[in-house]
Parts: sequence; C-alpha cells; structure tokens
Amino acid sequence: MVMSATTSPEFAFETEGGRTFLKVAGDWTVATIGALDDALRALPERVEPPALDVTDLGKLDTAGAFIIDRTIRSGCKVSDPPLDMVGEHDTAERLIRQARAASAACDPEPVPSRGLVDLLERTGRGVTHLLEETYATLVFLGEALVTCFRLLLNPRKLRGTATIAIMEEAGLDAMPIVAFLSFFVGMVVAFIGATTLRTFGATIFTVELVGISVLREFGVILTAIILAGRTNSAFTAQIGAMKMRQEIDAMTTLGLNPMEVLVAPRVFAMVVMTPVLAFVATLSGVFGGLVVSWMALDINPAVFLSRIQAFVPIENFWVGMSKAPIFGLVVALIGCRQGLAVGGSVQSLGAMTTKSVVQALFTIIVIDAVFAIFYMELGI
Amino acid sequence: MSGPLAIQVRRLKTAYGDHVVHEDLDLDVREGEILGVIGASGTGKSVLLRAIVGLKEPSAGSVNVFGKDVLRLDEEARDALERRWGVMFQDGALFSNLTVRENVMIPMAEHTDMPRDLMKELADMKIRMAGLGPDAGNKYPSDLSGGMRKRAALARALALDPDLLFLDEPTAGLDPITAANFDALIVELQRALGLTVFLVTHDVDTLHAVCDRIAVLSDRKVIAVGTIPELRQQDHPWIQDYFGGPRGRAATAA
Repeated sequence: MVMSATTSPEFAFETEGGRTFLKVAGDWTVATIGALDDALRALPERVEPPALDVTDLGKLDTAGAFIIDRTIRSGCKVSDPPLDMVGEHDTAERLIRQARAASAACDPEPVPSRGLVDLLERTGRGVTHLLEETYATLVFLGEALVTCFRLLLNPRKLRGTATIAIMEEAGLDAMPIVAFLSFFVGMVVAFIGATTLRTFGATIFTVELVGISVLREFGVILTAIILAGRTNSAFTAQIGAMKMRQEIDAMTTLGLNPMEVLVAPRVFAMVVMTPVLAFVATLSGVFGGLVVSWMALDINPAVFLSRIQAFVPIENFWVGMSKAPIFGLVVALIGCRQGLAVGGSVQSLGAMTTKSVVQALFTIIVIDAVFAIFYMELGI
Repeated sequence: MSGPLAIQVRRLKTAYGDHVVHEDLDLDVREGEILGVIGASGTGKSVLLRAIVGLKEPSAGSVNVFGKDVLRLDEEARDALERRWGVMFQDGALFSNLTVRENVMIPMAEHTDMPRDLMKELADMKIRMAGLGPDAGNKYPSDLSGGMRKRAALARALALDPDLLFLDEPTAGLDPITAANFDALIVELQRALGLTVFLVTHDVDTLHAVCDRIAVLSDRKVIAVGTIPELRQQDHPWIQDYFGGPRGRAATAA
C-alpha cells in the first residue's frame, strides 16, 4: 500500500447569508494537528456555533475530529450544539459524533502544592513516618523472634533445605568479596598507620593499630555493610516480587505462614553465616595489614603475628564477633520486612529495595555505636 | 470480501531453543477486517502476535505489515510502522509508575509534536472512548480492576489512531457482561475508525460477536481460515470439538 503524502491542515471562517462556516481543509490527524492547536485556542469567543464545511477535508481521525468538535463547541453557551455539516466526507460525521460522545474531560491532575505549609506538612509526615517505621520494625522483630523460637522448640517444622540454600547464596557466595574488601581495608589501615606513626618513629605500633581496628570494628562492620548491600536487597527483591505476583497470598491460603516459610530460614541463615563471614573478613583484614607491614615497614610476618598475640587482647576479637549475629539478624529482618511491604507496582518494589538497604545500613551503624558505648562502659 | 492485505505472514517458523512453535505458517489479514485467532493453549497464538509486531524474531519466513517486511526495516521505517499499529497485551502491560492518562500520553509524546494540553485532552477522550469514567485518568494501574486495566490498555493502544490493532485476549478474565461490553466497544471502534483488528482469543462469544473471519492455529500451522459457518464444515477434530463442544454450541445458540 502506498501512503499518500499528507497535506497540512487549514481552517478559515466564512460568513455567507448570515451563517458562519468553519471551513476545514487538508489532513486533520494526530500527526498534523499539533501545529494548529494554539491558533484554534486563540480564536475569539462566538455566541453561535458555526456550521462545518468539510468539502476540502482530507484524512481525518479521532484526534482531528476532537479538535474540530472542540472548536465548534468553544465559546458556545449550549453544552451540546447541533452538528451542522456542509459537504461530503466519508467519515467526518461519524468520527465527530464519536469524539463528542467521549469529549468529557477526566478529572484534572491534582496540583502539587508548594510553600511553607507544604514544607511543614512534609516534615511532620516524615517524623511520624520515622516513628511508625521504628514501631513496625520492632513489631516485626518480635513476631520473627517468636516464630524462630517456636521453630527451635519444634525443629521438624524448620525448612532445612531453604535455610541451607540461603546460607550458600547469602553466606558462602559472599565470602570472596568480603575477604577481598577486608584485605584492602586492612592494607589501607596499615598504610595510614605507617605514615602517621613514622613521624614519631613508632612504626611498630602499626601492628596494634591493624590488630585492634580490624578485630574490633572493621572485620564485622565491613561484612555487615556488604551484606546490607548484597543480601538485604536480594531478600527485599525476592520477597517483594513474590508479593507482587500474589505468591504470598497463595501461601497464606494454603496454610503456610510466610513468617515460617520465608522469614525464619533467612533469619537463621544470616545469624549463622554472618559470624562466619565476619571471621573470614577479620582474618583477611589482618593479613592485608601484615602484607603492608612486611612490604613497606620491613616488619617480618613472624614478628607481626607474635606482636599481635602479645599486645592485642583477645577481647577485641570477641567484641567484634559478638556483634556479627546481631548484624545478620538486622539484615535478614529489614530485608524481609520491606519485601513484605511491597505493594502492587514495580515502582514500590524499587522504592522498598532502596529503603531496605538504607534502613539496614543506618541500623547497623547505630547498633555499632551503641555497642561501642556499651563495651566502653564495661571497660572491655 | 477481499482487499489489500494488512498483514501477510509467509512460511513463518518460530522456535524457542529446540521447541518449535510454528512451522511453515501462512496467514493473511485483510485491511478493515477483524480476524480472530484461536487455538488450544500452547499453540502459539501470542507468539504469533509477538512475531508479527517484531518482538519475537522468527527462525525463518517473512512477515509483512502494510507491505513492509517487519524484520528488515531501518529505524525510520520501523518508527513509521509503529505509529500505524497499537498493541494491547494480555495483562494490559500499563506502565505502573504512570497514571492512566500519562500512559495514554506516552505514544503521543513519543511520536507527535503536540502541545501538552492537547495531548491531555486527547488522552482524556481516548480514556472515555475506551469506556472508563472521569476519575480513571489520575489513577495508577495498580488502583484499577482487571476490566478497567484492559480498557486503559485499549485506550493506550488507540492513542495514535492506529490503522491496525492487535488485541491479545481482550476479554479473558472479565465477567460476561463486561466482556460483552468490551466486544461491543471493539466493534464500535472498528466501524467508526475503519480499523483492522488482529484478535487473539479463547472466548467463543467474542468470536461470534466480533470477528469477520477466524484463523485456527494447530499443529504449528494455521489449519483453517474462514467465517464460523465455513469452519463448522471442517473435519478437523479440534475445530469440531471447539464449535461442537458445550461452550461452542451455547455461543452459537445465543
């Protein structure tokens, strides 16, 4: 089929024997009428609706019919003026009637308000939202813990395969990246220590610096941050996608409790695997410090290790490791909770995943600070 | 009834891995007709639709739409062709982060240079034409019921006044009354706008109410094309079962 070339639409008003005609010519289609819209809107108001002359009208579609009808109706007192047509056209009358039947506009878009009141309103909403989130997270924590304890009392109901699969996916598979990043952070700490301590001629203290910082903080906090970015987001996305596809609803109607089936295995897996990952991270962080000390400071690895054993109290290691299961719990709980909060739209899945990661990171760092104060008061 | 062809499929073969869906499939759709495509579940009705609009690349064969080979188009020609068809997917496939009105405005914004106000007015008209109420424009797809979502999807498919409309199971999952309204809507729009409609369906009532001709998909091919009385003459067991089964008879009697 050969497409005939389009001609641009034109219009004119003509008065003849007391009647006003709107004379339209050319093609009035969705592709062409854009250029005409401003001119048609700018027309002066008329009292009487004009008659329509379609003698020279070319192609017409519903968009063209709509805009012609709008012009006829504009400025007219009557809501539904009669259609007065002159000339022959295959589809004009039918299309214009069709367009008129559907011409009632939908509700206008709500205008977003701006200004001081709006700012205050948003601030207020933000604060209450924060409180609600905290409360809801605590409620979820309680519910999850109750479920977990119930499962521990009745271990046959625990989903072993799922738990092990999550352990592999979220724990074992994360090991290379955790070890790798921790190694580099260990190196960086050793470098900073070396350059700063050199001014005092006390480069040997790099060993204590690396030992204490990695054992106590960096090993576990790096693990937690990587898990928050990697595993927490995956949990939210998995569960959120299931929620969107009504799989969670299906589960509930089949008598499966999502808490038992989805949340508990993730909680168990993370509580077990995070200490393992943190342990690996600690080892490889110390190793990173050792490599730098050896290369840049000529501290022999044997000296490094014996000095760590002698001068870095083992409590540092236990302080670090004691935080790991808590962080694992935080990652699993926040990931699952935000996943279950996903609504029907794709956008909410994205929003919840972002929120989940941000919340997990925030909570991890706050809890870490609380631990620091706690252990300081204990004098460890 | 015959005339120029809107769609011409020749010796089409599509496959997913080793699984061959179509082989040596021929199909013609004439301009201005409503062609229904039926077939048992899994015979590749939706895959055929995807192959025609270029979403699924065939392993062999050719697909011509309005005389242009869909598979060998440069970007400009492809763009021009996309303006001439509208596709309504099975689940609506509305963009969930946009309101219904914004969904309908998307193709207009992409393919025309209309002022935004006019686009809004036209989008509203399409929404009303598809039979939705005035409050639907600002709603998000997740706020709509299944039937309303299908109407919104139809409004988006009609946004550019296409010459060719692809509908993938438009009445599936709707209650009979809504489905009948939808059938009437399709016929009304087809008559008013002179559309060619490619309609994939399971619904025997829709076939009776809407379609000019029906193509039957089975054994990887189109085994028969014709009006319902013509198809009834066919000996093929699936066609006999289809129209002779309890649902088929009920629809004929209606």
